[in-house]
Parts: sequence; C-alpha cells; structure tokens
Amino acid sequence: MTPTPAAGLGLSVEGVDLRFGGIHALRGVSFQAGPGQITAVIGPNGAGKTSVFNTISGFYRPAAGRIRLGESDITTAPVHARAGMGLARSFQNIALFRGLSVLENIKLGGHHGMRTGLLSALAFTPRARAEELALREEVERRVIDFLEIDHLRHKPVDALSYGLQKRVELARALAMRPRVLMLDEPVAGMNREETEDMARFILDVQEEWGVTVLLVEHDMAMVMDISSHVVVLNFGEVIAAGTPAEVRRHPAVIEAYLGAEVHP
Amino acid sequence: MSEWSILAETVLLGALSGGVMALIALSFVLVYKGTGAVNFAVGEVMMLGAYLYYAGVVSFDLPPWLAFVGSLVVIMAVSALVERLVLRPLAGQSVVAMLMATIGLASIIHGGVEAVAGGDTYSPPGLLPRTPMTIGDILIPGAVLGNFAIAALLILGFLAFFRWSRAGVALRATASDPVTAATLGIHIHRAQQLTWALSGLVGTVAGVLIASSVGLSPLLAGTALAVLAAIVLGGLDSVAGAIVASLIVGIVEALAAGYLGGKTREVVPYIVVLVVLVVRPYGIFGTRAIERL
Amino acid sequence: MRTAVFHQSFRDDERLLDSRTQRAWMAAFLAALFTMPFWGSDYLLAMACIVGIHLVATLGLNVTTGSAGLISLAHAAFMGVGCYTVAWLARHGWPFWLTLPTAGALAALLGVVVGLPSLRVKGLYLAIATLAGHFVLSFVFREWDSVTGGVPGTTIPRASLFGFELRGDRRNFFLIFGCVVLLALAARNLARTHHGRAFVAVRDRDFSAEILGVNLLRTKLAAFAVGAFYAGVAGGLLGYFYGSITPEYFALTLAVFYLAAIIVGGLGSVLGSVLGAVFMTFVPEALRLLAHAGSQWLPGLAGLLLPMGQVVFGLLIIGFLIFEPHGLAAVWARVRRTFHLWPFKT
Repeated sequence: MTPTPAAGLGLSVEGVDLRFGGIHALRGVSFQAGPGQITAVIGPNGAGKTSVFNTISGFYRPAAGRIRLGESDITTAPVHARAGMGLARSFQNIALFRGLSVLENIKLGGHHGMRTGLLSALAFTPRARAEELALREEVERRVIDFLEIDHLRHKPVDALSYGLQKRVELARALAMRPRVLMLDEPVAGMNREETEDMARFILDVQEEWGVTVLLVEHDMAMVMDISSHVVVLNFGEVIAAGTPAEVRRHPAVIEAYLGAEVHP
Repeated sequence: MSEWSILAETVLLGALSGGVMALIALSFVLVYKGTGAVNFAVGEVMMLGAYLYYAGVVSFDLPPWLAFVGSLVVIMAVSALVERLVLRPLAGQSVVAMLMATIGLASIIHGGVEAVAGGDTYSPPGLLPRTPMTIGDILIPGAVLGNFAIAALLILGFLAFFRWSRAGVALRATASDPVTAATLGIHIHRAQQLTWALSGLVGTVAGVLIASSVGLSPLLAGTALAVLAAIVLGGLDSVAGAIVASLIVGIVEALAAGYLGGKTREVVPYIVVLVVLVVRPYGIFGTRAIERL
Repeated sequence: MRTAVFHQSFRDDERLLDSRTQRAWMAAFLAALFTMPFWGSDYLLAMACIVGIHLVATLGLNVTTGSAGLISLAHAAFMGVGCYTVAWLARHGWPFWLTLPTAGALAALLGVVVGLPSLRVKGLYLAIATLAGHFVLSFVFREWDSVTGGVPGTTIPRASLFGFELRGDRRNFFLIFGCVVLLALAARNLARTHHGRAFVAVRDRDFSAEILGVNLLRTKLAAFAVGAFYAGVAGGLLGYFYGSITPEYFALTLAVFYLAAIIVGGLGSVLGSVLGAVFMTFVPEALRLLAHAGSQWLPGLAGLLLPMGQVVFGLLIIGFLIFEPHGLAAVWARVRRTFHLWPFKT
C-alpha cells in the first residue's frame, strides 16, 4: 500500500431524473465536478441536494440520466461496489459506528481493499496479521496524523464532541483512498473555529492529494471561500452553475434564497 | 361426499379458523401500529387470558360469561402494566432490544402459567351453543361458526372504533406521529397503554374461543407463532393485510392437514413464511419502508 | 498498581494481550483451567463441561446477534443439526476431529439458508424467518426417524482418539475446552479483522457500511454461518458428553436461553460470552438447589423447575435490558476501571 493517493477523478451527473411515487425529487439535474477541484452544491432546504448525493452513492436509482465517475458509467453499480471505484462520502447526520472505537471506525474506510478471507481471519494467519498491520500503519500515517486525532484513537466514538465526530467521519472517508470525496454538510452545527479547522482540512485534502471534492453546504461564507465551482439547486432543478462570484450575482439564485423583488 | 365437497369443506373450515387467527394477528398489529413495538408475547398473553377464564369458571365458580369478562379486565390491566413497566423504560433503545424484551416477557408468562397450572390439557366451557350447521354436504361445527362470528364482529367493531370514535382517532394519531399528537393535547402515554390494553383484550377473546374448541394447555401459545406467518404475509402494519393473510393461512393449514397429514399442519405455515419472506418481504399489504438517509 | 500501558509500535498496540501482566494472568488462567480435571471435584468438572458447551454456543450467537445484530431464534435448531450430524457420523465410525468440523459446516450451511431472507428484510422479519427455520428443523428432527431416531431420540457413541475412548467427564473436559479455547480465540480474531468490524458496522448503520464497501448480504450470511457453525460444534460436543439426545432438548426455550446469555453477558464481545455462559449455566443450578431446599416446605417444588427457569430467563433478559444493557462485561469493565488506579480514585 503506497502512501501516495491516486489523483482525483471527475464526477459527472447527466440529466438525472428522480421520482418517489408522486414526488418528482430531481428533474434533469446535470453538472460536473472537475477532477481535483472543489465543487459545491447549494440550495434552499428541500431543494434535492441530499437526493443528488444519495443517487450518486447508489441508494436511489434514477428514472433517467447517468452518473459517470471518470470514464465509467456507475449509474447501476451496487452501492458497495462504488467504494472500490474511488467514491467516498460523509453523512449529514453523523453515521459513525457507535459500537466501535475511533480507530476501528477509520479502519473500516480501508474495508474495500482488504482481501483476507473469513477462514484466514478466524485463524488470524500471518497473512491476515500482515494485512491488518499494513492497514493500521497506512491509516495512522495518512489519516490520523493528517487530521490530528491521534490522541482519540481508542476512544469510543460516542464519547466525542460533535465537531470531533465529524472529523472522525472525514477521517474514515479519507481512509477509503478516494478519488472523489462527497461531503454532506461537513460543517453543519459547528462554531466559527471548528468551521475554519474543517475548511482547512478540506483544502489540504484537495491540495495535497488531488482528490475531487463535492460539497453540500449551507454555510455560504465557507462555500464561497473554498470552492472553485458552485451548482445551485432549487425544487430539484439546477438553476445556476459557475464560479462563486458568478453564482452570487445570479438573479435566479437571489430569488431562490431571498424571494423575488417586488416591483411597484 | 364428493371430492369438491371435501375440498370446499376443508377450505371453509380453514377460513373460519383463520378468522379467529385474525384476532391474534390483530392483537399484534395493534401494538405494532400503535406503539411501534413488536410483541412476541402475543401468544402468551392470549394463553394467560384463557387460563384466567378457566380459573374463573373452575376455581371461583363464576358463570362463564362473568369469568370471560373478568379475564378480559385482568388482561387489559396486565397489558397496560407491561407497557408501563417494560416497554416505556426501553423506549429509546433499538428494535432488537424491544424484540428481546418481549421474548423475555413471553418466557416469563409461559413459565409462570406452566408453574401454576401445570402442563395438562383442560376443557374450558364454551361460550356459545354447539349446534352445527350444514350447507349441502358440508358440516360446520357450531363452535367453529360461532367463533368466527365473534371474531368477525370484534374485528368490524375495531375497524369502526378506529375510524369513527375519538379515542380511536387519537390512537391512530399517536401511532403515526407521537410528538405532534402530544402537542395537540393527546396523552400519548395513556394512548399507548390503551393500545396495549386493547391488544390484550383481542388476544384474550381469541384465546378463550380457541381454548373452548380445542382445549386449554400451554401449547396454546404456540398457535400464535403460526399467526406470525399471517403477519408476515399481511405486512406488519396493515390491519386489512393481517385479516386477509390470517384467512389464507387458516385455509393453507387446513388443506395441509387434510391432504398431507395432520402433522404437517404445524410446519406448513413456517414454510410459507420462509417462502414469502424471500419473494415478497414486505407482505401483500405492508408499506415498503423507504428509509430517509 | 499499574498506571498505563505504553506501546512503542503499532504492532504492540494491535496485540490481543498487550501487557506482561495480562499475559501472565492469561497463562495462569489457562494452566488452572487445563489442570482442573486433576484438582476439581466431580461436580465442578461436570458443571465445567456444561459451561464449556454453552460457551461455544454463546460465542456463536454473540457473533450473529451480538456483533451483527441479526436476531436468531434458530440457534437451538442449529445445535440440534450439529448433534444429530455427529451422532450419525460417529455411528459410522468417523473420529471426533472429523465429525465436529463437519457438524459445524453443515450447521453453517443451514445458517446461510435461514439467513437468506436477510437479503431483503431485517429486524423483526428476520427474527420471524429464524423462528420459522427453527420450527421446520424441529419438525425434521421429530420426523426423520431413520437419521435422527425421531421423538425417542438417539444415542451417540463416545468420541475416541486412536482407539482411546473419551469416556467420562475428565476426558470430555479436554475435548470440550480444547474446542472452547480454539473457538474463543477465533472469535476474538474475527473482531480484530475487517470481517468483525464489518459485522458491527452492519448492525449499527448499515447504509453507512455499504458506502464503505461492505457487501451487506455477504456479511450477514457470513454472520449467520459463523454463528451456526459454533452452534453445530456445541451440539456435537453436547452429544459426546451426554451420549444420548432427544429432539425435545433443542426447544425454543434453549434459543431463548442463549439470547439471555448474550444479553446478560454483553453483546458482541468474547468476555461477554464467557460471563454470560457461566452466569446462565449456574442459574438453573441455583434454582435446582433452591427447589431442593424449598421442597422441605413445599413438596413438588422440583416439578416447577423448568417453568420457573423460564420465568427467571425472561426476568434476566428484561432486567438487564433495562438496567444493564451492556451486560456483565460492562460491569466488569467498570470494576476494573475503579481498581485500575487503586488506592487513588482517578
């Protein structure tokens, strides 16, 4: 296992249509997350941002459209197969495993790369031991050091503060050696200082490892600060896309967030 | 008797016994829809009710209908108590924990009844006349028909209760959204206790009816497990589904007993369960759970 | 007084027994355990054998239900499968070191079959599926006379090692505890590999586990298979120990017994399995002693033993769920922490 991660892939969402019974959650949603760049998806509550993420993750099958990871079409790939293709994701409400420690949670990020079979695991053959140790070393050197959580490694996750839990979830996503990293509201509920720390980590991940980052966030300041491309959703449709500056001035965006201007 | 008559009789008798099973299924679905709890002890509660009825008649020399009412009252109180003492403390915990708690409850009741009453079979008096009815070639024992009639009346009564009475609507509200129900002034804890009490009531009626027909013994609780097959077929949270599915299971059981031999009666519902779970996991009427991520 | 254990390499941190003190205690414990046939009374030896059998089964259920969160009511039935398999193979002359793994493997296969519904369903539905599996297998035990001997049951020839017959508690003790140590180690090993972590992940947040690349179906089936394997081996050891068995033994009550054991002991840990198995084995014993003592005043109390046992199991399950949901293992951890820095408080 090499310490240097592979460069990020582009993620392309093309004409995705998603329905739940009578609800048309996403209509013809298309956008690109450029390789190695930070792209943000913003929009009012209920706009469909988490639905987009869940479709990319594979929990929802779109009624129409494609999702492409780099060159490959992953629209119909099973959820658990996407990890091996380089897709990682964090959740809006923390989805850490409370029965495991911080270290064990992070080690699970490496799950898709583990090859030891069940019988070998039960016997803990030298090969199993070697694989475990290699995973441990990789996780420690690449992720735990990087996110400065080494003092927490054996703690049970529910003993941690909210901000630290979010950081552990990021760590776990990073341990997947992702090419595309999806972060669903990474700084939700954080104070100023925690937000700045998290923003710094995200920027470091993108700069040092070249990972493509796709971000859903409500904190506008943070989004405008770190993203190079912004996509705006409202009522399941893309209403604007471009650089932060362009999007900020876009009339449809202003209307969506603040309401239309009333002309006398 | 012609082949067709035998088949018709088997199916009809199966459907009639399925009607009583529907009461057991209703007992289960009530608690599930009302409180989200999964009650593995349905059979045991039913058995306890039947034993209390018998005790009332034999030990206290009460007339059957009085013993019946008495057992209903006691079981309703016990059910409400169980909700208060066992389910509410566990309210925050996982489905697994609730499930295991009701398994534990079933064990307590079963052991308790067997310790007190022993393992013998008794014959409690029936509540209904035993005159049989004949339709053409088919003979229907009076008890079977009577049981079905009572079960049907009770089920219709419940459906009406939930639809039209204030208390019933309050229970439904508590079931679908306890927090909102509470803000509207509904006592959700009382509603949940009432749900459990009603579930106990329904179970006891079923228990007394079945015990009067086939005899009273600790094995009575086991018949409820076969009803779980109905619940799986019908979907966990659908009253209509539970009823339809109970009828189907009753018919299938009768057919199996009639054509494959009496012993298979016990196993067939379970084979059906396994098949249904693989083919249609949420049952015929159950709502597909769409998890919000 | 130990303050803390300091490791200097990841390798050391990853070891099972991470300090010299722990290793010393474990060695002493194992020594005491394996010499028990020489210093223990007959009663203690017999009880220990029963504890060992229960422990193997509990270890298995603690993987399926404790770690992976898949409620299994079929555990007693899997034990039955193991027992009857060993009975049949032993009667055809197979040695124990072949019968036991085969029994386990067959039980594991059935475990996969019973676990197949977890492809689509979880929670209660899965529990019902395992319940159905239990009843179907019980039916087979009662009706397949030619193999199982039907309702009257069957006998199991004693295990033998190159003609050296394992008759009597002493020799069975070594067989049983040999298996216990191997299987406990295997369970512990599982927990420190990605398989074990995947089980807990599936239990806690299965959608999150899927994102990480965990194949839910395969993981759940593996959890069932491992649990059933252990149950099968336990059933086989049971057969060798008792020498004869009837289908009544593998009743639903037994499955509830093991569920109680893992709740009382602590879900998901080997220590929990040990504590739970020991505790639960002595509960019927304590009841028996109580009944014996009490039968002076209340004759016929002995007849109440079985149903009273059921009441007590149920009370234990509910009591622990409400008051000590993490089981005796958590109590043990608390006690250890209190004494960790004794006589200082923190």
